[in-house]
Amino acid sequence: MSAISREEVAHLASLARIDLSAVELDRLAGQLDVILGAVATVREVAGDDVPATSHPMPLTNVARPDEPRPGLAPAEALAAAPEAQEQRFRVPRILEED
Amino acid sequence: MSTSAGDALVGLTAVQMAEAMAAGEITSVELTRAHLDRIAAVDGGRDADGVATGPGVHAFLHVRAEEALVDAAAVDAARAAGESLHPLAGVPIAVKDVMTTRGVTTTCGSRILRGWVPPYDATVVRNIKAARMVVLGKTNMDEFAMGSSTEHSAYGPTGNPWDLDRIPGGSGGGSSAALAAFQTPLATGTDTGGSIRQPAAVTGTVGVKPTYGAVSRYGIVAMASSLDQAGPCARTVLDTAMLHAVMATHDPMDSTSLPGPRPDVVAAARAGDVSGMRIGVVRELHGTGESGSGYQTGVLQRFDEAVEVLVDAGAKVVEVSCPSFTAALAAYYLIMPSEVSSNLARFDAMRYGLRVYPAGIDDPTTEQVMAATRAVGFGDEAKRRIILGAYALSSGYYDAYYGSAQKVRTLIQRDFAAAFEEADVLISPTSPTTAFRLGEKLDDPLSMYLQDVATIPANLAGIPGMSVPAGLADEDALPVGLQILAPANADDRLYRVGAVVEAALQRRWGGPLLDRIPALVEVNR
Amino acid sequence: MTVTTGDDVLGYDEALAAFDPVLGLEVHVELNTRTKMFCGCSTAFGAEPNSQVCPVCLGLPGSLPVLNATALESAVRIGLALNCAVADRCRFARKNYFYPDMPKNFQTSQYDEPIAHDGHLDVELDDGGSFRIGIERAHMEEDTGKSRHVGGATGRIHGADYSLVDYNRAGIPLIEIVTKPIEGTGDAAPQIARAYVAALRDLLRALGVSDVRMEQGSLRCDANVSLRPRVPGVPTAAAGALLAEAQRAVPFGTRSETKNVNSLRSVERAVRYEITRQAAVLARGGRVVQETRHWHEDTGVTTSGRSKEQAEDYRYFPEPDLVPIVPEPAWVEQLRATLPEPPSQRRGRLQRAWGFTDLEMRDVVNARAVELIEATVAAGASPAAARKWWTQELARRANADGVELADLPVTPAQIAELQRLVDSGAINDKLARQALDGVLAGEGGPAEVVAGRGLKVVSDDSALGAAVDRAISANPDVARKIRAGKIAAAGALVGVVMGDMRGQADAAKVRELILARLAPADGSDG
Repeated sequence: MSAISREEVAHLASLARIDLSAVELDRLAGQLDVILGAVATVREVAGDDVPATSHPMPLTNVARPDEPRPGLAPAEALAAAPEAQEQRFRVPRILEED
Repeated sequence: MSTSAGDALVGLTAVQMAEAMAAGEITSVELTRAHLDRIAAVDGGRDADGVATGPGVHAFLHVRAEEALVDAAAVDAARAAGESLHPLAGVPIAVKDVMTTRGVTTTCGSRILRGWVPPYDATVVRNIKAARMVVLGKTNMDEFAMGSSTEHSAYGPTGNPWDLDRIPGGSGGGSSAALAAFQTPLATGTDTGGSIRQPAAVTGTVGVKPTYGAVSRYGIVAMASSLDQAGPCARTVLDTAMLHAVMATHDPMDSTSLPGPRPDVVAAARAGDVSGMRIGVVRELHGTGESGSGYQTGVLQRFDEAVEVLVDAGAKVVEVSCPSFTAALAAYYLIMPSEVSSNLARFDAMRYGLRVYPAGIDDPTTEQVMAATRAVGFGDEAKRRIILGAYALSSGYYDAYYGSAQKVRTLIQRDFAAAFEEADVLISPTSPTTAFRLGEKLDDPLSMYLQDVATIPANLAGIPGMSVPAGLADEDALPVGLQILAPANADDRLYRVGAVVEAALQRRWGGPLLDRIPALVEVNR
Repeated sequence: MTVTTGDDVLGYDEALAAFDPVLGLEVHVELNTRTKMFCGCSTAFGAEPNSQVCPVCLGLPGSLPVLNATALESAVRIGLALNCAVADRCRFARKNYFYPDMPKNFQTSQYDEPIAHDGHLDVELDDGGSFRIGIERAHMEEDTGKSRHVGGATGRIHGADYSLVDYNRAGIPLIEIVTKPIEGTGDAAPQIARAYVAALRDLLRALGVSDVRMEQGSLRCDANVSLRPRVPGVPTAAAGALLAEAQRAVPFGTRSETKNVNSLRSVERAVRYEITRQAAVLARGGRVVQETRHWHEDTGVTTSGRSKEQAEDYRYFPEPDLVPIVPEPAWVEQLRATLPEPPSQRRGRLQRAWGFTDLEMRDVVNARAVELIEATVAAGASPAAARKWWTQELARRANADGVELADLPVTPAQIAELQRLVDSGAINDKLARQALDGVLAGEGGPAEVVAGRGLKVVSDDSALGAAVDRAISANPDVARKIRAGKIAAAGALVGVVMGDMRGQADAAKVRELILARLAPADGSDG
């Protein structure tokens, strides 16, 4: 049984905002299936009593004082923008609401 | 015409270059020009899109020739004026293209960032500039540091100077190749699963992944935030230590930057003493273990020889077992892509980088432009990992995949903690094989991933690791690396052991391993 | 979405007779820190576009967040003031979704590990009663940038040609405060929703952690409303904790989430509207759709937004770029000591100090004038005078203008000054109201307006005397009555004189002059 279906890959690609051609979808689905098959072993290794580790070092409570620092000038901020207008980033029309 | 670098300025170590400049024997301009000439001679060309063309090492994505000479002249002037300078001032360095450089293009080997000029410097780059080292340019890498061969660079692969038809390792193959080709004495790297150590191993150079948090990640374009760590690359252990000391500083711009002082790695590299040290051979990272089937014979031979050398030098060798390491690769290939899928989301054609309008759609929406741009802008490996990560984090699968992988991470940390009770450092081959041929594993991602089997546990646990040359495999005369691992914040132990291995093996070989590298054919850029 | 006409609705009483509303309120508060949540960019409101940005809040490759210590402190203080438990250990998470106003395409937000959880806030109702709202959590997150939609007919997102994005607001620190399901409100649901947001606003203002200006968006409310069938016999009036077990046992209905409710009045109206809309759907056998709805201030209705039937998969995971927060107990206790007096305790203390009756105090509270009166008294006015100004004259004007009392362009110090002018006899009440007109019109402080408009009481006896004489001779009948001893009739002549003097006379003085001229002893009728 395959770990991931072509449809799932298509759904994930749309979640991740990547257009995939039919050929790419086929190839990726096959490769991901093999990879997922190989990594599925993680499920069998650790028992319920093992805590999860999200950060490799045990640092806590890192914060900075609430003091302003110089940022970028608007021209610097916008320098790499594919399109800008009225000192703002111009983006194509937005279909979905957030 | 072929060229050997040994007798030229570029054949010196960074420390020798620094000493020669301090003694007034050479200038930074001379040194910089020699390296730029060397780059021009062996690196090969790139087309208008920045893609590698024709023969050559192709280690550099961008060379800042004129600016480097200006910087070098300024250092020379400062020295002449009697200014107090950092020991490495005026020494050339190459910067991996994953680090932001203000005013200098930074592409991360990706088409999606083609031509991006960051408005700020990474902290590592600031440190390098503060030491007044001369940045020669930016080195090639697998796209967003994802790969073990540089074949996933959108700008074409880098060749291994030992054999240009072979991979220089990855992701930092540009930096390791540039060192092996004597295009630079020093280079920076980043190591998420082995991207500093594996390239060092397969090119016969030295590379160190410091303790997670020792070097600031600010300005290093993130691949997997909880695993990424920048570090030094060089041709000798001492040169590596010198650069390590420049890079490893606390940074308030990085929440995960470790506070407190860093161990004195330069002193450790100069001391190079292992007498009385307990050195652990990790059973699971050695050919004799259950998972050792993939290890090349020549790799294991060179490893055994290194063990011998250490015993001769007075170290006590013990075998340790880290049973959870067998699950490390699986855990890594869930945690890493999960973080990748989120970190690479920002490349969306809205604020910087490539923007592609989808073909055949009038008046496309933002959503369509994002998806079209990411389809064209990312290579196959990036897409694979993004989708794999999105899957592992999905609500229905989170606990089974991401959650389980985070638990394995805990087990690996425990295994290391137990092993470091029995040994002061651990050793293993850095990579199971020597450099494979370009294209050999491109269509088999899983077999490419296996290259990282020995390097990944250190990233999962956050501990430091080094790869130091162990010689050439008998069967293919290609470099083999010895990996040394130390507990967190004991980076100095890597250098103490690495220096001993380096010195002892060079006595056996009668000189540095790179003296035996075949001469490169000169090409015109 | 271009249609903002409403759906069918049921009458409110009819809706409440059939259904029991359950509310959930999510309030986003912008903190008033100097810098953003994760970078040192300024948070000042109204700067030119993209002028308060840096690599971090622009999400540039390689940039990393570092938590603002003051934002964390404010979050803990808010949690404590809401009677919450402060987490022993908590982390940030990444909420992954693509949107152009979000530079990293994930929001750095707390998720399943909020800094504060499980608290409550008691809110006072118009009838003097109190209602306890359970607080589920208060967590830290960052704001997004702002898009302006250009082209198309409406200027709204739909039909626009393109959008222009300004990231100055991206990364502004937010605290999201989420209530537990609010049950037992009965027909007081809209009022309780409003009272809760008002109480929260007052609390946050007293904590000094936010500007809480709803019109600027520094306090925003999302209102979740659901209905479930009313169990016969359970009263429709607010029952609070006394809500009958039988009613409590009925599962919640499907909820709608109304966004963009950005004034107290709107909170009340939106909840009321949703109750009547959902009741109409359910009454005709329909199904309430789980969805986001948008509130339209102008038409007073909500309209359907994005359907949430298919839950969005945000792929949350712990933020690796920020380290866990482990609040030191001693530090938490230090912060607890900085909390302002709880509102009910404070009101009791002020009522005793001011000598107000219960009724007077309730009027003051309902008019949201406690702080204003306190400040006016502190500026030198008597409590009675301060109360009169704020709950009568100023409340009337605020109501007429549709603004909050506190948002009137007059300060407590100016009201105190106005009262001083009255007390000194320099102006009378009528002139004081004219002076107030000037202050509200931006003509300056009370003394300036009095001088500028020439609002002086005429105390010149000869001018006043002439006016009194004119009034007496013009009203012989009234004058006769007064002479005959009907002193009360003098009021009519005072009015005439005051009119003659355009109000600029001291009424007491006028009365005195009239009575002196028309003393009964005179005997003459002129």
